[in-house]
Amino acid sequence: MVKMTYVEASRLAVQEAMTADETVWCVGEDLGRGSVFGQYLGLQAEFGKDRVVDTPISEAAIMGAAFGAAMVGTRPIVEMRFSDFALCATDELVNQIAKARFMFGGQSRAPMVIRKPIGLWRSSAAQHSQSLESWYVHIPGLVVLCPSTPQDNYSMMKAAIACDDPVVYLEHKNIWGLEGEVDTSLEVEIGAASRRREGDDVTIVSWSNTANLSVEAAETLAGQGISAEVIDLRALWPWDKQMVLDSVRKTGRLVVAHEAVAVGGFGAEVVATVAEHGEALKGPVRRLGAPRSLVAYAPNLEDKMRVTVDMIVTAAKETLGK
Amino acid sequence: MPETGHNTQNARQLLVMMERIRAFEEHAILAAERDKLVLGAIHPSIGQEACAAGVMTHLKRADILLSTHRGHGHTLAKGADPLAMMRELLGRTGGCCGGKGGSMHIADFGVGMLGANGVVGANITIAAGAAHGIKILGQDHIVVDIFGDGAANRGPFLEGINWASVFDLPILFICEDNQYSATTRTSSVTGGPGVAARAEALGLRATVVDGNDAEAVAQVSGEIVARLRGGGGPEFLHAVTYRHTGHTSFDPGAYRPEGEADKEIAANDPIARQRAVLLAMGLGQDVLDAIHSEAQAEMEQVLADAAATPFPPDEAAFADVQDIGSPMQEAY
Repeated sequence: MVKMTYVEASRLAVQEAMTADETVWCVGEDLGRGSVFGQYLGLQAEFGKDRVVDTPISEAAIMGAAFGAAMVGTRPIVEMRFSDFALCATDELVNQIAKARFMFGGQSRAPMVIRKPIGLWRSSAAQHSQSLESWYVHIPGLVVLCPSTPQDNYSMMKAAIACDDPVVYLEHKNIWGLEGEVDTSLEVEIGAASRRREGDDVTIVSWSNTANLSVEAAETLAGQGISAEVIDLRALWPWDKQMVLDSVRKTGRLVVAHEAVAVGGFGAEVVATVAEHGEALKGPVRRLGAPRSLVAYAPNLEDKMRVTVDMIVTAAKETLGK
Repeated sequence: MPETGHNTQNARQLLVMMERIRAFEEHAILAAERDKLVLGAIHPSIGQEACAAGVMTHLKRADILLSTHRGHGHTLAKGADPLAMMRELLGRTGGCCGGKGGSMHIADFGVGMLGANGVVGANITIAAGAAHGIKILGQDHIVVDIFGDGAANRGPFLEGINWASVFDLPILFICEDNQYSATTRTSSVTGGPGVAARAEALGLRATVVDGNDAEAVAQVSGEIVARLRGGGGPEFLHAVTYRHTGHTSFDPGAYRPEGEADKEIAANDPIARQRAVLLAMGLGQDVLDAIHSEAQAEMEQVLADAAATPFPPDEAAFADVQDIGSPMQEAY
């Protein structure tokens, strides 16, 4: 076990994968200087400018060119800086990358990791703060991952690079400095959720940084005599329905919490799946997400869009009628 | 492979390929309109065959080609099997994409043809990336990307060509200019001095060629391909031609000025022009007629064989989506 931060963990995974496989390369803006958050620090010095490629501010070309290079046999890691900017490359991701294998009858593969840092990052306003993970889950052909801990950002990055499908890899930009113990021998299967805390009274399903807040909420609830189970999905496509269903069957109560706008969010998919499976619930479901509004610059306005630890605690108690 | 088209053998090969492309598309249109076997839209390249025939003479199997929704000719000339292509147009098993792509997504990776594309201009960045990948892998193939004049007004034209220029990639971009963006005259919606000037502004060597002259296309593209194989940087070719049909086989093209199409076809049909070249070289009319008949007979048989092929099995609807989280395993 080694103590490292969330950003160091994925950097180490990339560094190890590039060492092991010469066809793995990184492409994006300012990578030679580490990119916006230091995700690539030192990699260009180690692997050279042909494998850690600094590009023009040209998202469509970064995404499209990486796809072309993937089709001829390389394994690109694509950096979009902020998930918001990746919208400039939507045709390339949705119409091209996600569809090529199917449309060409299985002739092509697009083994790519597409990194799109998501989430609230103090006073970054409406174009640098979004969490659009549910969009990508809606696109057949894509794998969607949302790591929330240093361990997962190491192990899931390794799994994503090894995957032959295009992987939308959504790191949360408010937790780059989050520290944790990392076991570099630990492999994570894509699609397996993580039970972050065991409990009997209520199931809290979450992902990305809100999963960390949910663990905090569970600690608070424990102090009030409520035993909450926290499931960090980690992967939204495919997602671990079984772990969620098993947990809800045990607790009979469900809270879903995420940072993205609640309306049409992936939380709705989780709740619908539980409902379809006919799990008998002992209390009302609570779904927490942002209001269907935009992220403002002023801190007090920005905070109106947050799902907080207190909100998760309150929601869990409501499912218990408290 | 010939370096230029300027001898009888090569000139004849150009005509044979153009006749085959035209016969393939004429039979595809018959399959759509007469037989109701092609259910979706097809975008014929009738009148534009010189570019496909002239350029592909210089490409090896391992070289990479990307094309547009109007890509039957390019694909056939790159070496794809016309029966697999016709099956694809009919949505049948044994189609080059298993019947899942159809005309607009025709592709044959086995001959280096990485796909036609239903989104105008989208292949420009992808092709640049294929060339980038080739460079990373240390391979010596080249990439050719063919797109239409409409693509020059989309963002990927700027982003993809700039990318190839910045990274000095082994790629030839070809604007096969049929003068229409779907049903709108391209010149009426395009600013500035033209596509070649745009490419030059991004640092590419740009050449303009008569895209109805197969000999000229073969000559010029041969020179460009030789420079690319010699380590030269990316280049641009503007081949001006004319689309004899409407945008799709359903489109009569009534928006064109009266007489325009008739005049263009009479003066500039690339097949007629190549026949004249061969007659001037001393080939007999009977030889030309035989080339025409053989192409027609080949594609008539191709259509009959394709029509006799079954549709894909229903389970193919959920195959080849993705390995992890595949609809074959996941209920939703």
